[in-house]
Amino acid sequence: MAHFEKAKNLNEWLDQRLAVNTLKKVMQTEYWIPKDINFLWAMGMVLAATFGMLLVSGIFLLMYYKPDTNLAFDSVNYTIMSEVGYGWLWRHIHGVGASLVFLIIYIHMFTGIYYGSYKKGRELIWLSGMGLFVAFSAEAFSGYMLPWGQMSYWAGMVITNLFSGGSLEAYGLVEWIRGDYVPADAFLTRFFMLHVLLLPLAIIGLIVLHFGTLRIPHVNNQEGEEFDYAESAELYKAGKVKESKVIPFSPVFLSKDVFVMGVYFLLFFYLVFYHFEFAMDPVNFDPADGLKTPAHIYPEWYFLWSYEILRPFSKDLGLIAFAIAQVIFFMLPFLDRSPNVAPASRRGLFKYWFWAMLIDVIVLTFMGKLPPTDALFATIGLISAVLFFVLWIALPFITKSEKKL
Amino acid sequence: MGKDVKGRRDFIGMALGGFTAIVGGIPALYAMKRSWDPLPSVKAAGFTTVDLSGAQENVLNVEKWRGKPIFVLKKSKDMKTDPRDVIVGKDHFHVSIGLCTHLGCIPAYIPNDHKFKCACHGGEFDASGHQIFGPPPSPLEIPPFKVDGTKLVLGEAGPEYKKMLDDGLTV
Repeated sequence: MAHFEKAKNLNEWLDQRLAVNTLKKVMQTEYWIPKDINFLWAMGMVLAATFGMLLVSGIFLLMYYKPDTNLAFDSVNYTIMSEVGYGWLWRHIHGVGASLVFLIIYIHMFTGIYYGSYKKGRELIWLSGMGLFVAFSAEAFSGYMLPWGQMSYWAGMVITNLFSGGSLEAYGLVEWIRGDYVPADAFLTRFFMLHVLLLPLAIIGLIVLHFGTLRIPHVNNQEGEEFDYAESAELYKAGKVKESKVIPFSPVFLSKDVFVMGVYFLLFFYLVFYHFEFAMDPVNFDPADGLKTPAHIYPEWYFLWSYEILRPFSKDLGLIAFAIAQVIFFMLPFLDRSPNVAPASRRGLFKYWFWAMLIDVIVLTFMGKLPPTDALFATIGLISAVLFFVLWIALPFITKSEKKL
Repeated sequence: MGKDVKGRRDFIGMALGGFTAIVGGIPALYAMKRSWDPLPSVKAAGFTTVDLSGAQENVLNVEKWRGKPIFVLKKSKDMKTDPRDVIVGKDHFHVSIGLCTHLGCIPAYIPNDHKFKCACHGGEFDASGHQIFGPPPSPLEIPPFKVDGTKLVLGEAGPEYKKMLDDGLTV
C-alpha cells in the first residue's frame, strides 16, 4: 500500500487520496484559454448552464409525469400545471430552455464557422459538437411527444413516417420504431425512456468528449493565430499577465463567462415568466386524436429550416434532400479546402459564403412556418432550399481557390 | 514479456472477444430488436367490422382500424366508378386508409368537388383515392378487406382485395 502522512487539513487529506490539487491545476488554473476572444466564446458555458437548467427542471417534472396515453396529457396540463406547487415553473423552464438551447447551439455553430474553429486539428471538436446537435435534436423531439397533445401525436406520426424511406415503403421499420401501427402507448413509453435516460446519457458523454477534443488543439481565437501555449503560460505564471496571450480557464475566463451568462439568464427568465407561450404551441393543448389532423403541422422553430428543405420537393427527392441537410454540416471540416484559419471577413469569397448560408438558413426558417398553400412563399422556399445545396457544392471550389494568408 | 507470449495473449484476447461478440452480442442485439417489436396484443387487435347497409351517398364515414382512420365513401350515381371500388350488392364504395401518402396527415373530404384535400402540404385525391395534385406520390392505400354480406371486415384479405393487390391498384 502507498504511504500516507497525517494530513494537516481537509484539502490536504483529499489531495493525498484524490490528487485534487493536480486536478484543479489541470482542469482550471492551468487550463489555458487565449486572451483574444469575445463574448461569443462564452456560448459553450452558456450551453452547459442551460443543460443544467433542463436537467434540474426535468427531474421535478419527472416526479409527476405519467407515461401512459390515457394519463400523460392530464398529468402535464392538470397535475403539473395546476396542482404541483411551482410545477408551472419547472414546465416553463423546461420548455423555454429547450428552445433557447437551440438558439445558443446555432450561435455557437455559426461562431465556429465564422472563425474557422473546425479546421487543422480541430475537426474532432466540430464533429463531437455536431454529434451533440443531433443528440439534442433527438432529445427535443422525444420530449415533444410526452405531453401527448395533438402536435405531439402528429409530429410523431410525420417524423416516424420519414423512416419509411419514401418509395422504399419500409412500413415494417416504421411500425417497429413505433411498436404499433400508429403512435400509441408503446410509442409513448419508449420515447419517454429515450428522453429521460438514454439520450441524456449520450448527451453527457458527448459533452465530456467535446471538452476533451478541445484540450490538445486549444480554443481558437479571434484572429485564428497559432502561438506557443507553453511559452505564454510561463509568462502568465511569472506574473507577466499583459505580455502573455493566455488566461487560465478558472477563475479568469470563467468570470467573463459568468458575466455573459448573467445577461443570458435575464433573457431566459424574462421568457420563463412573461413569454413562455412562445415555447408552448396552442395546438398541443388539445389532447392527441388519431382521427383528426391539425390544420397545419409544423415543427418547433429550431427544426423549421430542415423541414422547409423537405417540403418543396417531391416525396423521394424531399427525403433525400432532408437526409443530406441533416448531416451535411458534419462534412464542413472536409469540404472547406482552404488551409487558412481566420475569421471569414479575411477569407475572400468564404465571407460571402458564410453570410449567404446564415441568411439562407434564416429565410428557410421563416418559410417553414408559413402554410404550404401560398405560391409566392412556396417559390421562395424552393429557391432557398436549392441555394442551400448550391452553397455546399460550391464550398470546396471557393475555398480551394482561396489565397493563403 | 516475450514476443510470442504477447502474441499468444493477443490471440487469446481476440478469441475471447470474438466468441463473446458472437454468442453474447448478437443474441443480445436480437433480444433488443424483439423488445421493440409491436406486442402480440397490439397485433391481435388488428380487425374491425364495418356495417355498410346504412351508408349514405357522398357522405364520408371515418372508421378506425389499427389506430388509423379508414375512409368509407358510398359513391353517388354521378360519380365515376373505378377498379379500386369495393362493390357491395350494386353499390360502389371507396374504401381507403385515410392517411395522405405523402407524410401521413388526414385529408379532408370536400363533398361538392368530390375530392380529398390534405391541409399539411396541399395534396389532393379524387373520390377514388387517386392523387391529382401536390406532393403525394401514390393513391390512398386500400386496407386489407373482406366483403361479408353487407359488412366489411378490415384486416382480413378477401378475394377482391387480393385481386386489387395483384393488379397493382394498391400496396
